[in-house]
Amino acid sequence: MKNVKKTRRRDFITYGMVIAAYLVVQALLDTGHISNSLKNQLIPICVYVCMAVSLNLVVGILGDLSLGHAGFMSVGAFTGIVVSMSLQNAIPDGIVRLILAIAVGAVTAAIAGVLVGVPVLRLRGDYLAIVTLAFGEIIKNVLTNLYVGADGNGLHISFKNAMAMGMGLDGKTIINGPIGAVGVTKLATFTAGFILILVTLFITLNLINSRSGRAIKAIRDNRIAAESVGINITKYKLIAFVVSAALAGMAGALYGLNYSGLAAKKFDFNTSILVLVFVVLGGIGNIRGSIIAATVLTVLPEMLRALQDYRMLIYAVILILVMIVTNNPLLRSVTQSVVKKLKAPFVKKKDAAPAEGGDSNG
Amino acid sequence: MAEKVKLVPVPSGSVIPERDIDKSPILETHHLGIDFGGLVAVDDFNLTIGRTEIAGLIGPNGAGKTTVFNLLTNVYQPTRGTILLDGKATKGMKTSQVCRLGIARTFQNIRLFSNMSVMENILVGLHYEMSYNALTGVLRLPAFFRSERIARERAMELLSIFNMESMADDQAGSLPYGAQRRLEILRALATNPSLLLLDEPAAGMNPSETEELMENIRRIRDMFQIAVLLIEHDMNLVMGICEGICVLNYGRVIAKGDPDQIKNDPVVIEAYLGKKGAK
Repeated sequence: MKNVKKTRRRDFITYGMVIAAYLVVQALLDTGHISNSLKNQLIPICVYVCMAVSLNLVVGILGDLSLGHAGFMSVGAFTGIVVSMSLQNAIPDGIVRLILAIAVGAVTAAIAGVLVGVPVLRLRGDYLAIVTLAFGEIIKNVLTNLYVGADGNGLHISFKNAMAMGMGLDGKTIINGPIGAVGVTKLATFTAGFILILVTLFITLNLINSRSGRAIKAIRDNRIAAESVGINITKYKLIAFVVSAALAGMAGALYGLNYSGLAAKKFDFNTSILVLVFVVLGGIGNIRGSIIAATVLTVLPEMLRALQDYRMLIYAVILILVMIVTNNPLLRSVTQSVVKKLKAPFVKKKDAAPAEGGDSNG
Repeated sequence: MAEKVKLVPVPSGSVIPERDIDKSPILETHHLGIDFGGLVAVDDFNLTIGRTEIAGLIGPNGAGKTTVFNLLTNVYQPTRGTILLDGKATKGMKTSQVCRLGIARTFQNIRLFSNMSVMENILVGLHYEMSYNALTGVLRLPAFFRSERIARERAMELLSIFNMESMADDQAGSLPYGAQRRLEILRALATNPSLLLLDEPAAGMNPSETEELMENIRRIRDMFQIAVLLIEHDMNLVMGICEGICVLNYGRVIAKGDPDQIKNDPVVIEAYLGKKGAK
């Protein structure tokens, strides 16, 4: 069917774009054409792409505004760090530890997603946005007061101070309250980030184009009608929210293992808003747009570094201009007609194609 | 999906009995009522609908007709009374559960999933006809492809009822008005209901479209062997296809009967036209 083919083609273009970008960057890296400052941005770009795609699942596909996405990222980050650091002796292989850290990060973030989602998803609109914001702050504050250490007997957790953990002499503090994680072994690589984007895309796109995804979109389009055709609203809202949280947890775990130290205050309201900006700028519900917006807006501040003090000012102005331009109906129709003209030679071929191949697949 | 054969058209060889009340009714309401604060919106509403009956619910504006629909689908929980669908009380159920039990509806102001395609709208209606879970969908296991293929074939079958196959890929919100109404009916049918509630299906249609709609409602009943309850202001349509009619005024049933009885009932005429009209 045409529709199925169309979505499939659209998804393939998205995957292809990511793979092509990876190959180009990898080639540039090998030949040494990428500056050091940009090199340091590669993993954060991957992380923010995953964050934007996962938030788009809630904001764009489910149609609910969530302002606490960084909270799930931090849960993933800190679990990832704990898993990786505590298993340092047991599993010397970095790649295995990284995969394990990401998997456990996803699970704990998903659990946090359920805990937050069950009470919160009864609300709608502005109320939901404010409550998710509050939960994001709660998660951040809990992690700020968290002390985790490991010794021969296993993990020790305290919310008081490092001494209260009662570790043995061989004990090692992994997360030290407000100071955060210290002395983390960096495990994240650009390739791992790339694979994580592919996994995130695979989960998100396949979910959207399935029975569950259609139910989620139906709730967004018309909640009352969705209910009237038998869709269990609570269930599908929760599925979208928890999957989104788990994906954010994965991205967080990768992020946590990219730095030698990480404090919980990194994952504050600003980070949630930053990810939301990626989603809105890329187009709500537009996965490919999220990827591009996250990439561009993560690189942009680095590119503008030459402007020194005016950096964030210019960044803000660019942001405002892009928003205005993409939402201007006149400019939109101009770009659309240009795109149409560019596409014209290809469109004819496409129209002829179904006559040849359409029947066989039915 | 195999045990549900209802969506396969059943040829109606013999004439359908006008009121098949000798079988157990599909829907019964007993003393149904709801208050909004101090306002009694619906009171003492008793209705019985046969398994393949086309029934009409009419009444002046504000009589409580749509409120009755909202009660039947548990959008509102009744203050008093019981609803029995196929002998089963629906008290305390969610709207979605009532739908799965067999009541599907359309809305007075069309409620489609307007950003989704026509096909997707029907596939959402077929949600419970598909059985794979979210994980199977994400991992694209064979059950996903099998279930999706069957569902899409079924959706095309449904679209063919109204000759809408060619619109399958169009965005639902961009369809012309009449097609949107038809799509809403098809989406309701996709849930495999035993009772179809139509809220003003002919609203905004011209006489020839209304004529076509009448034919289609009859055809749907014959094909799927289901009961239909419709709210309508177009008296030609109501009198033309309804086998039983219930008249509501100020939240109370003022008359029940077949079209001829209703047409000549002085109480009904008074409700619509005032005291002078009845004389």
